[in-house]
Amino acid sequence: MSLTSTGAANPFGALSANGTESVQRFSRSPKPDPGDLGGELLEVSMGPHHPSTHGVFRMDVVLDGETVVKLKPVFGYLHRNHEKIAENTSYLGSMPYTDRLDYLCSMTNNWAYALSVEKLAGLQVPERAQYIRVITAELTRLLNHTCLIGFLLQDMGALGTPMMYAFREREKILDLFESLSGARMMCNYMRFGGCRCELPKHWLEQARQVVEDFPHFLDEFEALLTGNEILLARSQGVGVLPKDLAINASITGPMLRAAGVGYDIRKVDNYGIYERFEFRVPIGAHGDVFDRYMVRVLEMRESLGILRKALTDIPEGPIMDPKSKLRGFKPKAGEAYGRIEGPKGELGFYLISDGSANPFRYRVRPPSLINLTVLEDMCLGHNVADVVIILGSVDIVLGEVDR
Amino acid sequence: MLSLDQIKLRIEQAVPGARVELVPNGALADQASLWLDAAHAVECARFLRETPDLSFDYASNVTGVDWPDTTVKTKVKKVVEGQETDVEESVVKPGFLEAVYHLYSMTRKHGPLVIRLRTANRTDSVRLPSFTPVWRGAEFQEREIFDLFGIVFDGHPDLRRLLMWDGFQDHPMRKDYVEPDDYEYEPTPHDEVLEKAQSRAAKEANA
Repeated sequence: MSLTSTGAANPFGALSANGTESVQRFSRSPKPDPGDLGGELLEVSMGPHHPSTHGVFRMDVVLDGETVVKLKPVFGYLHRNHEKIAENTSYLGSMPYTDRLDYLCSMTNNWAYALSVEKLAGLQVPERAQYIRVITAELTRLLNHTCLIGFLLQDMGALGTPMMYAFREREKILDLFESLSGARMMCNYMRFGGCRCELPKHWLEQARQVVEDFPHFLDEFEALLTGNEILLARSQGVGVLPKDLAINASITGPMLRAAGVGYDIRKVDNYGIYERFEFRVPIGAHGDVFDRYMVRVLEMRESLGILRKALTDIPEGPIMDPKSKLRGFKPKAGEAYGRIEGPKGELGFYLISDGSANPFRYRVRPPSLINLTVLEDMCLGHNVADVVIILGSVDIVLGEVDR
Repeated sequence: MLSLDQIKLRIEQAVPGARVELVPNGALADQASLWLDAAHAVECARFLRETPDLSFDYASNVTGVDWPDTTVKTKVKKVVEGQETDVEESVVKPGFLEAVYHLYSMTRKHGPLVIRLRTANRTDSVRLPSFTPVWRGAEFQEREIFDLFGIVFDGHPDLRRLLMWDGFQDHPMRKDYVEPDDYEYEPTPHDEVLEKAQSRAAKEANA
């Protein structure tokens, strides 16, 4: 089998519903029918301590030979009842805790929570803070997607190299976050009605440099991966998720778009200032693991466009709503649901206030958990080795799944 | 998207006998919710999903809320022994458990529509119809509500605890949940666990 490498250029050309057709499709020969060997079904417990489960997560798998006939995910190994803890502390008190939900993407978690509280309390975010939020959120998307692709390739057996390349780039973004907030991963940067502190001197130039360098890395990454025969053979036609099932099962994020549904909350809700940016929403045509990989790569390229514009347009000005109070913050009684397009899908916070300093009800809508609803449907009929890749392509972080 | 009053009217026309009530929201006017009665809820949900101009095909956020019993104290003027005095009367309002659904439409790109279902009380009548046959996205979230709040969903295909282990007894997200002294169940409590057990025994003796 010979495959022409699609090289560094974007193989989608113009993004369209059938854009993935331009990458050569790899077809697997059908599995030979072993006939009835009279064997028994084998129940295997994958996890909770298994490197491919990305944390403490378990799948009860029933196998016929090497084919999956049943799969039940088991949760709760990292459960610490985040929601109850948040109901027993002040609104601001759970802001640092949101960092620990999806510990790769603390900035977007901060934003989703701040957005919900701002809806609840009717706070306005100043212009400059809105730009800072978009910049940090898109940087977070870059680092999440690069890491995910690194992990996914690790799951496929490309030990080390892609993941080290991904982590090298991630480190540059984490350096930016560190100089901005004081912490690499647990940023705790946003506040209700703005951001915690002003950008450090020369931060914008440094960020521009990172954004300018990133496409070179992406080209290199794609030259290495997209069109790689092993990646195509392992990922195309594996873990196919039909479009209507994806909608019905509340799948969100790159997984949904890979299944062919053009639903991006940045476009639908226009939260923050996303209506000012022009970007395209990549859509897959087959809904398989390869499309999920490709959609993430293309999303990163679109994020770079947003970042370039945001980093040039960012105005001077205040970064906090003067009405916002850090101490004695008591929003009036009522409820609000705010959501953003996190790197993993729709991240929402549902808050009920009874007028006191603590939320009466605090709920996180975890995209990682809900995207696992269709894990069994995607894995049935595949081999154990494919289960590992399918799980990797869902993109879960157990801090968010179990909360 | 249609206004909530219009949606309420449409549901009442389409599902005969369904009781729908508007629940106002003090903080965000455009996120007021509709309370559906449990008997017709699944029919209403199917109507919301399948009607073309509504097509709420996406159940985004599904969660529970525990509303504990509240005592409302009111001052009532009463004539006691020939003299008019203020007497405090306390009325206990029974609490309930609530399941809240945030619905969006992926095809028409509108939402949210907030749907609430309520149980009769918090103790023995905690059954609600499951929406999982209508929206599969509710599957894990309803299991989570069953686990953490103790609402039993009729018609759920696989109703098991999601986050706590199977042998666990209580429902941790309820407002009156008391943490056990020790999760490891030591046969002879000592140190912190013993202190906790003693302080709890003292509290119970006082009450």
